[in-house]
Amino acid sequence: MSANIKNKNVWVFIETEYGKEKKVGFELLKPGREIADAVNQELVALVFGKDVKDVARKALAYGADKVILVDNPIFERYSTDAVTDTLMDLINKYNPDTILIGATINGRDFGPRVACRLKTGLTADCTSISYNEETGNVKWTRPAFGGNLMADIECPNNRPQMGTVRPGVYKLPLFNEDNKGEIIEEGCNISQNDIRTKIIETIKEVTENINLEEAEIIVSGGRGLGKAENFSYIRDLAKALGGAVGSSRAAVDSGWIPHAHQVGQTGKTVAPKVYIACGISGAIQHLAGMSGSDTIIAINKDKNAPIFEVAHYGIVGDLFEVIPEFIKEIDKYKNS
Amino acid sequence: MNILVCIKQVPDTTEIKINPETNTLMREGVPSIVNTFDSYALELGVRLKEEHGGKVTVMSMGPDQAKAALKECLSVGADEAYLLSDRAFGGSDTLATSFILASFAEHLEKEKGKFDLILCGKQAIDGDTGQVGPEMAEHLDIAQVTYATDIKAEGNKTLVKRENDQGYDWIEVLSPAVITVTKSGFEPRYATLKSKIAANKAEIHVLDSQSINIDVEKCGLKGSPTKVKKSYTPKKENNGIIINEETASASVQKLMSLITDKKVI
Ligand SMILES: Cc1cc2nc3c(=O)[nH]c(=O)nc-3n(C[C@H](O)[C@H](O)[C@H](O)COP(=O)(O)OP(=O)(O)OC[C@H]3O[C@@H](n4cnc5c(N)ncnc54)[C@H](O)[C@@H]3O)c2cc1C
Ligand SMILES: Nc1ncnc2c1ncn2[C@@H]1O[C@H](COP(=O)(O)O)[C@@H](O)[C@H]1O
Repeated sequence: MSANIKNKNVWVFIETEYGKEKKVGFELLKPGREIADAVNQELVALVFGKDVKDVARKALAYGADKVILVDNPIFERYSTDAVTDTLMDLINKYNPDTILIGATINGRDFGPRVACRLKTGLTADCTSISYNEETGNVKWTRPAFGGNLMADIECPNNRPQMGTVRPGVYKLPLFNEDNKGEIIEEGCNISQNDIRTKIIETIKEVTENINLEEAEIIVSGGRGLGKAENFSYIRDLAKALGGAVGSSRAAVDSGWIPHAHQVGQTGKTVAPKVYIACGISGAIQHLAGMSGSDTIIAINKDKNAPIFEVAHYGIVGDLFEVIPEFIKEIDKYKNS
Repeated sequence: MNILVCIKQVPDTTEIKINPETNTLMREGVPSIVNTFDSYALELGVRLKEEHGGKVTVMSMGPDQAKAALKECLSVGADEAYLLSDRAFGGSDTLATSFILASFAEHLEKEKGKFDLILCGKQAIDGDTGQVGPEMAEHLDIAQVTYATDIKAEGNKTLVKRENDQGYDWIEVLSPAVITVTKSGFEPRYATLKSKIAANKAEIHVLDSQSINIDVEKCGLKGSPTKVKKSYTPKKENNGIIINEETASASVQKLMSLITDKKVI
């Protein structure tokens, strides 16, 4: 039994910027599909952006039954007001039952704004979601206390029920171009004058081309590197594996690499297929950002470093010796 | 500038241990601290005050012991401190908490005039939600900027440096606004002996639900749409393979054979 009969369908918000989607939106179509099937409702993808018709088509290919598309230049870059007001108009028109949002910087910005306007519950930064047959609610699972505690949360009396979900915890659903569905185009009633914020300058810090959140392999370096130049070890290993470069906060604070590469509580949350931590002790704030990775490999000379408690494979050794050997072996393997 | 900073007292989550027998959090003996990100927010607020004049007020909702957190804030640059304490507020989720804090801010404005900026931490390190700031902004119907690392005031403009996926944006925001602050390059300052003594003597104003005239139906468990069904400590699978061979090359070869077998790469 659901809390409000009027509310129907599972919505997944697909965030875009500069006309390109964030992967987590498509990832959420997977749990979205499961919930929609469990209650026999439709899975609807919401695509806001500038020139994003192809993103809408991709959402269908990833399994959405329908797409609500708002294609407007106002969404080229993110603003709280434009997304909130437009989403509110659509929610009032269609009354969804459940809304899933990627727990990105922007998703965690407008999510609470919308939930508060609706006076409904929003569960933050979930690492797992499922449908609870007994209660008819979505069960949102999330870490708290820096990952020391997990909580199962439900929103029994209000609809829509909402949550933000971490990037990387769900793998992309199967992509099938033959999946067809309706794309409903909607307008947006907000104009530039209604928006209380304005981006006046953008500073790009990520030097490599691969986005950390989207990368399948990440090689991260920490204080163990000793100095900025030694990040070349990390870059070389990342290059050999076709991965992206990450870092601990200690490396960022030392000025060896820009903050945009930082993984952890005050950096990015990542969950790649392979995460390789080199010269990183594994402080809880660092683990908070990467412990969801499929396979964690740690290289550290201290056998008691906490990183080994989460590592699937750990080499106790000096990274300056281990990494060059590792690259050599990878090259050998690639050529075999 | 008239600045309000929201301060939460939290257990130091880096000090929390799990009881291996009961698999529950051991909170005893864990020190209470000012939420780390709130300290960064306060530091930015105090810097703005030092540059442009004005006042920094700090407020907290919590039990009586949260006075200690507020005193700490007074010792590092806050001018006045308010604590809102009431049993009716227990069990509040982010919607209820933000409603209470927004009502609290509006109440303080009657005395102190409109706040130009309301600063919060990016998130509290116990709840880890990061939702209270934006929800407060919505309750107050004012602008918001989250994940801020710097704030500048130029004339009547407020400029905020906000993290994004690739680096930063500088954003101009209409004041009044709620700004949530993450770790920045501006490390919170230390208290001096003198400022500590002064803070200890200073009065913390304590209010309750009646003094701010709030609808308690919208507070606490009753006012919270989300319900915690269960909480538990995550299982730690400790079956990682640690490799410690004589030479780096031997270790790497062992690793390679393991990970290629498992098709990790
Ligand atoms: C509010 C707050 C937020 C934070 N947010 C984050 C965050 O988002 N991300 C983050 O990472 N941290 C964060 N931190 C910091 C965190 O607590 C740690 O200080 C930080 O992660 C440590 O970085 P590190 O592992 O590189 O350095 P260290 O802890 O100094 O570890 C260096 C490691 O390198 C090893 N080492 C040294 N030399 C070698 C060598 N030659 N070969 C192999 N190994 C070697 C050492 O054994 C050691 O284990 C935060 C802290 C606070 C208080
Ligand atoms: N009880 C509280 N009293 C004062 N400020 C709070 C309280 N709870 C949350 N905040 C503020 O809101 C921010 C985000 O908290 P949260 O949404 O719980 O992660 C914190 O960093 C504080 O600035």
